[in-house]
Order: sequence, then structure tokens, then C-alpha cells
Amino acid sequence: MNLHQPQTPPSEPPSASPLPPTVFDWEALRADFPILDQQVNGRPLVYLDNAATSQKPLAVIEAIERYYRNDNANVHRGIHELSNRATAAYEGARTRVAQFLNARGPDEIVWTRGTTESINLVANAWGAANLRPGDSILLTEMEHHSNLVPWQLAARRAGARLVYLPVTGDDGLLDLSRLDALLAPPVKLFAFTHVSNTLGTVNPVSALCARARERGIVTVVDAAQSAGHLPVDVQAIGCDFLAFSGHKICGPTGIGALYGRRELLDPMPPWQGGGDMISSVDFFESQWDAVPHKFEAGTPNIAGAIGMAAAIDYIEAIGRDRIFAHDQELAAYAVTGLRAIPGLRLFGPPEHRAGVVSFLLDDIHAHDVVTVADRFGVALRGGHHCNQPLMRKLGIVSTARASFYFYNTAAEVDRLIEVLIEIRKFFGGS
Amino acid sequence: MIDDLNDLYQQVILDHSRSPRNFRALANANRTSQGHNPLCGDNVTLYLRFEGDVIREITFQGSGCAISKASASILTECLQGRTKGEVEALFERVRAMLTTGQVGGDDLGKLSVFAGVHKFPARVKCAILPWHAVLAALEGKSDPVSTEEGGD
Ligand SMILES: Cc1ncc(COP(=O)(O)O)c(C=O)c1O
Repeated sequence: MNLHQPQTPPSEPPSASPLPPTVFDWEALRADFPILDQQVNGRPLVYLDNAATSQKPLAVIEAIERYYRNDNANVHRGIHELSNRATAAYEGARTRVAQFLNARGPDEIVWTRGTTESINLVANAWGAANLRPGDSILLTEMEHHSNLVPWQLAARRAGARLVYLPVTGDDGLLDLSRLDALLAPPVKLFAFTHVSNTLGTVNPVSALCARARERGIVTVVDAAQSAGHLPVDVQAIGCDFLAFSGHKICGPTGIGALYGRRELLDPMPPWQGGGDMISSVDFFESQWDAVPHKFEAGTPNIAGAIGMAAAIDYIEAIGRDRIFAHDQELAAYAVTGLRAIPGLRLFGPPEHRAGVVSFLLDDIHAHDVVTVADRFGVALRGGHHCNQPLMRKLGIVSTARASFYFYNTAAEVDRLIEVLIEIRKFFGGS
Repeated sequence: MIDDLNDLYQQVILDHSRSPRNFRALANANRTSQGHNPLCGDNVTLYLRFEGDVIREITFQGSGCAISKASASILTECLQGRTKGEVEALFERVRAMLTTGQVGGDDLGKLSVFAGVHKFPARVKCAILPWHAVLAALEGKSDPVSTEEGGD
């Protein structure tokens, strides 16, 4: 892997604002991502759909290939050499995730298929043991469907209710003036996103968790959009659970993790049964293995875990504080350019925004914007971004969205703005 | 590349999406149906006065992308006075055109502006949505129809 030594010491943590300009050779990192170097529809690819999934550096692609070429075997089963190697790499990857999140140990990390499965695990296993008729679950109006539908199902099973912390409007902030009233009995659990995938809002996670903890309410943080973009330290945040996906942090698809505080994971019942999660099985009863294994039934995604650890090594070598500063610079630069386009409606907070910008151009439908942008080589996302309730709240059906990662450049933002101006002309705007 | 775009978004299509024809509810409609593509956000409601075997009047309302809106608008112009059998035959030809770009047999008239859609496979479902809705209305079905599958 390329280490690209920084030319300045790491910048301040994300809370320090305004940020110092980062002096770092971001362009050079692009060489680690072969996919970025291609033409799409005859134009250089400008990949601005990173909130959907990130691209993968050679370090990750090669780690997966190396595993399949040299070490592939099933884990926790064999006593032969390959199985030992595979098990060591797989459990080593778990330890790497624990360090990445500053968990107290690898037994607080459960492998899953991604954020969605992590949240479903909590909704099922924690929900089964703890939710009772009359309880409430507090969510926010900006949640992704994967931090919403699992709670609808859990609430239905338990006879519990859902309550929502409102979003203020187009500026996409949580209405914290309502927090004290809503974060109260009979609320048992508060699940919310760290960074909004549509609005780019960065929520005050530590403050939210502290408030919930004072009231004995369990917290679940959806870190799908934050884990690979800014420092995420579960002890500093003070959450009970935190979920994220490998594929949004330069890792492969089909792998992710759930962090859970040991005190909460231990008494939770398993949610799926099978091999690898038991200590002994009788015809009628079984004994569960200890955490985290009791939540991991069946042969896991071993190569995925190894690829995810390689992705963590890669982004940690850059530094998430530095990545976040770069995201914020690009977002601020994009916002300035977007604001200058007549007829553009911008969503999300005016400042302290992650690298996600959502907008509508005149009355042009988001899918028309995305179709035309694609013909200019610019990959955007158009639609409801799995945020249908939020869209309804804002009185829209979809937005176009550009989302950045560290390999994006200011020149690509310029290209985005140029293309949007072309699109307006194309559809007859003045 | 820009040529492809001009094929997709023909002037006629842009014109119909900006000023849709027959864009209103129909007070004396005896058939209505809805098409809804939740991923896109395309939404169309069709109103028909269907008498004997003939569409006497057809109007629509809704919101969506340029392609779905223009498709609904042009469809309402083309289907006045048609029988159910004629609509079904036309639907088959329109569907073939949307997926292959080929217009077999007689000229499809104004409907042929949608031939360019076949180069944009993701947009075929937008153009075809009002057609599925009109077929549902003619069958007397009341459940909303969709032309997209699940997804993120
Ligand atoms: C905020 C947020 N939560 C959850 C998810 C779901 O992640 P995954 O599909 O990897 O499970 C996403 C990804 O789209 C997201 O942006």
C-alpha cells in the first residue's frame, strides 16, 4: 500500500472549525484506485456516489486475492495449517475493527453483512429480551430505511410504539429543542444516525448519547456514513451499540460490524441459529457460545472481514481526521458553486456538513438530472436515498445527490457545477 | 453522447413534460388507475370515460420525471377513441420500441419520439408506467401498478 506521507501534522479533530486547509497529496491517492481511471460515455469518470458505496484501493483487492490464493479454509473448525491461518486472519480483523472503533476488546465486535444486518440484530435480539407492550422506541426523521424498518418490525412484535425526533426543514438539523420532552419514559431505546446520507448533517452523537444514558435509555448509532469519514470512538461517543458497513469505507460488500457494549451483548439471546454459535447441542436444547460468536451463525464472510481490515489499515494510514477535513472542504466548495446556480434548492445544514450535498435543480426531476450527468461522465445518485419519510416531510419525492470521498478533487467539483449548468440549459432553464 | 441525450429528450418530450396535455381530473370518469414507481418518485393517475369498448375521454394527473410525464401526456392524446383491443396491440408495439428502438409495421406517429429510450435501460420503466396504468384501468383493476422492482 502507498503510504503517501502527509506534509503537515494531522489536522485538528472535526469539531475544530474553521478548518485549516489540508496540505496533502490527495491526487496521488487516486493511483491506488484503478477504477477511477476510466472514461464513461466518452468522458473521464467523476465518481460522486460515495455515500452509496466507496471504491476499493488495490490494498483491499490484493488482500482478498492473497487470502483466496494462499490461506483459504474454514474458520474455528480445523486444526490444520490453513484453517489456523484463516482463523488468525479473521479474528485478527475483528481486533482491527475493535481498535478502529476504540472498543474495549474484540468480544464487543460482532461480524455482520453490514449496517442493515447489524441494526436488525439489535432490533431482534435486544428487542426480544427488552421490549414490552407500551414501550417506545425513539428514532429521528432523518433515518435511513435500515434504521427504521427493523424498528417497525420490532415494535410490532413487542406491541411497542415508534416516536420521532423531528428534522427542522431544508436545513436538515435535528430539532434538539424537542429532545428533552421526547427522550423520556416509556422510551427504552434511541436509534439515530451519526451522519445523514441525504442531508450531510453531522449529529451531536456524544451529547445525544449522554442525555440518553442519564435517563437509562439504550442508544444505537448508525455509523454507515461516518465510520470511514471521521474519527469514531465508541467510548468517547458513549453509545451502547454502533453499526457500520465495510463497503462504504473502502472495503468489500457483504461485510460489516456491530459494536455492542459487553454488558448489553452478554445477556442478549441469539437471533439466528446454526453452526459456529453454540458450545454444545443436544437434540432438544443447545448451549450458546460466548459473545460475539453466539451472534454469528454459520460460515462467515472470511474474505470480507480480511478485506475490511485492509480497508481500515488503508484509511487509518491517511487518518480520518484528515479525511473529514478534506470532505468538508469539498462540500463547502461544492455548496458555494451550487448556491450560485439559479433555481437550485439545496438541502442540508449551512455549515459543519459532511461530504454529502443534496439538491433539486429548478423543477427538473432528479432522475433526469442524474441521467444527463451520467452522459457527461458524472456519477450522481437520484431518488429518495432510502429516506422516504424524510422526503415526505420536506414535501419532495427525491433529490439529486453528490457525495465525496478523499479521492475526489476540487476539479471534479468544478466539473459537477459545469455539468449542472449544462443540464439547466438542456432542460430550458435560463 | 449528446446525440443520445437528444434522442432521449426529444423536443416533443420536453414540450409535453413542461406543458402536459389533458392534465386534469375527469369528473365523469368511470375508470381510474394509478401508476407509482416509488424509487423514482414517478406518480400518475389516469382517468377514463370508457363506454362500450371505446375510450371516449382520457386525462391524467401526477408528478414525475420528464419521460414519465411526457409518456402519459402523449398517451392521452393517442388513446382517445381507441378500443381496448387497439390499446393492447399498441402497448405491445410501444413496449417493443422502448426496449429495441425499432418501430415495426406502421408508423407509430407521435409515440415514436420514445424510440431513443432504449439506449437508457434504466428509464424504460418511466416511459412504460402510464401504459401499465391504462391497461389496469381497462381491466377494471384498482390496485396501483408499478414498473420497478425493489432496491436501495
Ligand atoms: C445512513 C445509512 N444507514 C444505513 C445504510 C445501510 O447500509 P448497508 O446497505 O450497507 O447495510 C446506509 C447505506 O445506504 C446509510 O447511508
